[in-house]
Amino acid sequence: MLSATAQELRDQQECGELSSVEITSVCLDAIDEHNEKLNAFLTFDRDDALQQARRIDERRAAGETLGPLAGLPVAIKDNICIEGVTTTCASRSLENFRPPYSAHVIDRLRNAGAVLLGKTNLDEFAMGSSTENSAYGPTRNPHNLDCTPGGSSGGSAAAVAASLVPLAVGSDTGGSIRQPAAFCGIVGMKPTYGRVSRYGLVAFASSLDQIGPFARDVTGAAMLLEGLAGYDDRDSTCINQPVAKYSQTVDQPLEGLRIGVVKEYLEHDLDDGIRSSMATSMDIYRSLGAEVKAVSLPHANYSVATYYLIGPSEASSNLARYDGVHYGHRSSEFDDMIDMYCASRGEGFGAEVKRRVMLGTYALSAGYYDAYYLKALKVRRLIRNDYDAAFQEVDVIASPTTPHTAFQLGVMSDVPLSMYLSDLFTIGCNLAGIPGISIPCGVGNDGMPIGLQLMGRALEEETLFRAARMFERETDWHQRRAAL
Amino acid sequence: MTSPLSVEEIQRVAELGRLKLSSEEVSEYTGQLGAILEYVAKLQDIDTEDVEPMAHAVEVQNVFREDEPRESLPCDAALVNAPKTDGEFFLVPQILGGGGA
Repeated sequence: MLSATAQELRDQQECGELSSVEITSVCLDAIDEHNEKLNAFLTFDRDDALQQARRIDERRAAGETLGPLAGLPVAIKDNICIEGVTTTCASRSLENFRPPYSAHVIDRLRNAGAVLLGKTNLDEFAMGSSTENSAYGPTRNPHNLDCTPGGSSGGSAAAVAASLVPLAVGSDTGGSIRQPAAFCGIVGMKPTYGRVSRYGLVAFASSLDQIGPFARDVTGAAMLLEGLAGYDDRDSTCINQPVAKYSQTVDQPLEGLRIGVVKEYLEHDLDDGIRSSMATSMDIYRSLGAEVKAVSLPHANYSVATYYLIGPSEASSNLARYDGVHYGHRSSEFDDMIDMYCASRGEGFGAEVKRRVMLGTYALSAGYYDAYYLKALKVRRLIRNDYDAAFQEVDVIASPTTPHTAFQLGVMSDVPLSMYLSDLFTIGCNLAGIPGISIPCGVGNDGMPIGLQLMGRALEEETLFRAARMFERETDWHQRRAAL
Repeated sequence: MTSPLSVEEIQRVAELGRLKLSSEEVSEYTGQLGAILEYVAKLQDIDTEDVEPMAHAVEVQNVFREDEPRESLPCDAALVNAPKTDGEFFLVPQILGGGGA
């Protein structure tokens, strides 16, 4: 049962073969057995999860019409608020924070019948690419415990890859869903900016943050996004347009699909295994009748620099709220009000969060604003224009999700810039606001999973799911499970 | 490699960002932020003369609603995570006239 997909678990409940209590119990037992070595979950409450499951089983027995995720356990990244449930953002500063309200996606998941299984580990405030920046210790990759699961949604990705849960929710600001999905050999999608409400997602960089799904296969990701997406007037950037029935069309292949391979990314230093998997993947698409050609994103190599000015600038502003007044850590030693802010923040934040607050504060400060922040906003438009031009020629843009497979824990943590550069292929989607999905497409020489990234036009998640599923049907990479 | 940032600049930025840093952190960030700034300087190579800055991925417009009162968090729920309260208000150190809380 542990290796079943979300769709299989849903079907087995519908025909009475399995109950939600049975599924949830198996997940909880797996967490008991494996979480100590993986550190994927920060919090889970067995009684509460079983109670949610029991309630779904009772409603099913009473013949009620249930939501599309009925009885399916879902893990939630710990930067998404659930009323009354500790939400730490993997920060010391929010160690005891219990939100007085739930995120929009939590309300939606509950309405869809999902069982909220627990909260997963992340890089502090979602700032990082390895989950090593968690104040509660790193998460480990189920395929090799010495390696990172990626980040920042590393806990959610590892939980799905280790079969602790069939579905999980993450957030993606510069690749934080797609990169860990690639490193862990599962499916992860960052939807179009505004497709999913950010209400109740603890803000990191508000113009880039987006919530999205993790699953073992494309259909599971489609089912979960259908549950997450929808209009919410509490997020004024949320798009008020109908959500397509992704899970119902996912099996329909696309006729005459045109795929563009990003020329600039292939010129980059790539692992051999990634380069050859990319070539093989494109051959598979050609064999399915797709047209594959090179496209150019001329400003692609400026995306990391652009992102590491815009992201930290927005973060430095968003994180100003952690001042030890309304919630979060307050230092016990200070001289006056200003000193209380400084001491509380200095003690509550970890090294990477401080680094980004410093960088953002600098980029926004008098005398540097035009040269750094404003300049980055202008280049951001050029990056977006590159995508618009490429989408005149192709329907989907393809690239490796990452330039290398999951790296060993500890090797990157002393050199922030080299960690940042590993986000090169994923950042563009966030800057341009377009959707991107990562699906398993191979294994490197080190035995670690490789991800294929497909990017689409704004609000064309359906195209990405269908294109991804075409590939998945021809391959069995998504069936490869981590042996724990 | 010498950093384009001085220790004094780092201390000034930490003050603006309301962060109390140890002397080890100050010297670490001086090097690391300097390296990042040298990297991002590559943006200066791009001509952005007539480019409109893009603050948001989707063109955002003001979203209006009727100016009607709505229910908001009750006082006790809003205070529940506060480090220090008197049951009705957030308590902070005295701002005028000096002294601590």
